[in-house]
Amino acid sequence: MHPTDHFAALYREEAGERLVELEETLLELEGSPDDLELVGKAFRAMHTIKGSAAMFAFDEIAAFTHEMETVFDRVRSGALSATPALIRHALRGKDAIRAMLDGRSAETEAERRAIVEAFRACSPRSVAPRTTPSKPAPAASQGQPSRTYRIGFRPALDLLQNGTNPLMLFEELRALGSCQVIAHKSKVPPLEELDPESCHLFWDMVLTTQRDENAIRDVFIFVEGRCELTIAVVDDSLHSGGGDYKKIGEILVERGQVTEDQIRATLEAQKPLGEMLVDMGVVTHEAVHAAAVEQKVVREARAKRDGAGQAAEASSIRVTTEKLDALVNLVGELVIAQARLGQIALDRDDAELLNVAEVMERVSASLRDTTLNIRMVPIGTTFSRFKRLVHDLSAEMGKDIDLVTDGAETELDKTVIDRLGDPLIHLIRNSCDHGIEAPSVRAAAGKPVRATVQISAYYSGANVFLEIKDDGKGLDVEAIRAKAIAQHLLDPDAKPSEKEIFNLIFLPGFSTAQKVSNLSGRGVGMDVVKRAIEALRGNIEVESAPGRGTTIRLKLPLTLAIIEGLLVAVGDAHYVLPMSLVEECVEITQEDMKRAHGNQFASVRGEIVPYVCLRSWFGVDGARPPIEQIAIANTDGVRVGFVVDHVVGQHQTVIKTLGNIYEDVEGMSGATILGNGTVALILDLPSIARSAAAASARLH
Amino acid sequence: MAKSILTADDSISIRQLLKYVLEGAGYGVVDAVDGKDALAKLVVSPVHLIITDLHMPNLDGLELIKAVRASPAHRFTPCLMVTTETHDDKKQAGRAAGATGWIVKPFVPDQLLAIVKKLIG
Repeated sequence: MHPTDHFAALYREEAGERLVELEETLLELEGSPDDLELVGKAFRAMHTIKGSAAMFAFDEIAAFTHEMETVFDRVRSGALSATPALIRHALRGKDAIRAMLDGRSAETEAERRAIVEAFRACSPRSVAPRTTPSKPAPAASQGQPSRTYRIGFRPALDLLQNGTNPLMLFEELRALGSCQVIAHKSKVPPLEELDPESCHLFWDMVLTTQRDENAIRDVFIFVEGRCELTIAVVDDSLHSGGGDYKKIGEILVERGQVTEDQIRATLEAQKPLGEMLVDMGVVTHEAVHAAAVEQKVVREARAKRDGAGQAAEASSIRVTTEKLDALVNLVGELVIAQARLGQIALDRDDAELLNVAEVMERVSASLRDTTLNIRMVPIGTTFSRFKRLVHDLSAEMGKDIDLVTDGAETELDKTVIDRLGDPLIHLIRNSCDHGIEAPSVRAAAGKPVRATVQISAYYSGANVFLEIKDDGKGLDVEAIRAKAIAQHLLDPDAKPSEKEIFNLIFLPGFSTAQKVSNLSGRGVGMDVVKRAIEALRGNIEVESAPGRGTTIRLKLPLTLAIIEGLLVAVGDAHYVLPMSLVEECVEITQEDMKRAHGNQFASVRGEIVPYVCLRSWFGVDGARPPIEQIAIANTDGVRVGFVVDHVVGQHQTVIKTLGNIYEDVEGMSGATILGNGTVALILDLPSIARSAAAASARLH
Repeated sequence: MAKSILTADDSISIRQLLKYVLEGAGYGVVDAVDGKDALAKLVVSPVHLIITDLHMPNLDGLELIKAVRASPAHRFTPCLMVTTETHDDKKQAGRAAGATGWIVKPFVPDQLLAIVKKLIG
């Protein structure tokens, strides 16, 4: 049965029960008309009938019950009294609702009108017309002009106290377009006066989006009145011209943070303006930073418009990748040597040596960053390939598909970009072939015949996200489920969440395509893509909404040569866990383990987390320490703990590949050399988790 | 781990609808028949968001939100109130009680999910 029918049936049954309750209450009320408890009960019954009716599309019932409810609300507030006449009308009304529930709506229409009249006569004040809730604004269509907004968000101190999480607001803004957030810390009081439950921070944001101001105000709808919100357009791709943007001083004056006189006085001296204003204590450092960000965003947006196609006039030299690789290797060695030096300096506790080691650390860190930066290539270079691909595909399949790209200037390591090409081509083909419907189907569904596939790239922390988004039919949850069951990939009784079902498409041999086309659907597909992305230390995620399309999101590290790692010790050996996966570390005692009766589960703040004991995994002998530590990592969307003797700390890990001989060894993805010269293996946590899960499944 | 949502509504059809929509989007759902039941369930299950109707027997939505704001473990848990009234005074009352946001009945699943996402991601 379709879920909607199920809910309609459920509603009829429930409303029936409520009507019986309403009748009893009304009859009781007749005996004691002053009993507010009874009035409240009758009101609630009507309220439930009305509220649910509206939800399940029983619009006539909702509208009619609303009239009754309005009158009873006035009785509840004491403005009216429950006269015998009113109760009589209410009983008639109850019968009318029953008739509508039974599908006898038309024949009782006259009666209903009479009841409404009678109610209105009882309650002389005019009844406010029902307002219908506004529909969410339709998503901005492609190719609309974009604007840059300056948003000032100054929350009241008690913002957090009604459960608002400002981070969520920023997330939502980021979803609208490219957004930079600057936090102002100047109002944070000293520690002893700090009330951690109050929000002392305020924020300036610069947002470039195709949506209008209302969409931005909607983000802040729940905090309206609890904050000071200012929104101003600072750049408009349609109206304002190109060229340069305002000076920092002008922006600060516009924001009301300094006066023009102060600027003029400051300009007499000869330092950067922002710096001087900060020195004078006129504005905070953050305010200048926020203004500078706005200036940069708008200038970039304008430069992009002006010089679309015109390459930046930087001079360049061509260097072979081999030379670059050699340089990166050398820098890697240098970082390792520097780590040893740092370790020795610490052990000797020699102030002079420590000093040199610190300078070395700083220099090698910036050398490392600069070198890795040389290898960075804008991803836009690959985008042009895809334009052609989509063009050819649309012709071949008789579909009308538009490819939109965003974030072409996002830079990634050249190796990553080279190895991304094939997986991306596969994903785009999939979107065009399976995702986008035939033009006739789209027209029938009321969608624009011209379909859109959007590729966007953006930075987030030490990662780059790549999204391939189509506005096609979305993934068919039921079809995937049925297929997975048919192929014994899923237990027929299992009740996986939508997300888990989507993840099934990454299993080897999985394809739901009805017919095998030249392009895709040969069963070699998403699993290969997933493996390629994982080989790049990235991960892949699917989001889909029926009828509205699918989004595939790839999360990739900026570089492959050096990663942030968590150094841990098991027995005499050290291992590195990729920091990008580790979420937290907790302690576990022998007691805790005993309490779990041999099950490898730990309870972390009430959440059950399965764990793998690395000691047993590597077959390390010897006594276990009384208190061990669990590093909890996110592997394939599941939190899994890895029990180690102790956590040493964060470690800049220069990745050394293992030789060919070790290629098939499960559970490790490389090695690194530590400060003391010993080797530490870099663990491939998802593969350890998978193989431990498989092993325990065999046991049971 | 899936985020968990506590729903409080005295209507079984609304409870089931909420459960169907929210679970479909990957959230865990605990449901309660009124405010009193909700408070009891809050003690035993971890909850990231509370969605409550306003008019319920035993303990109504506003009282529930006030009790949540007074409890040390859940004072910062977002509370979403479901209301049929579009009038501002109800929203104001909810806000004064400590509600984080509201959704107006009738709503379609997408509107609900958009708001839930707004509050807990």
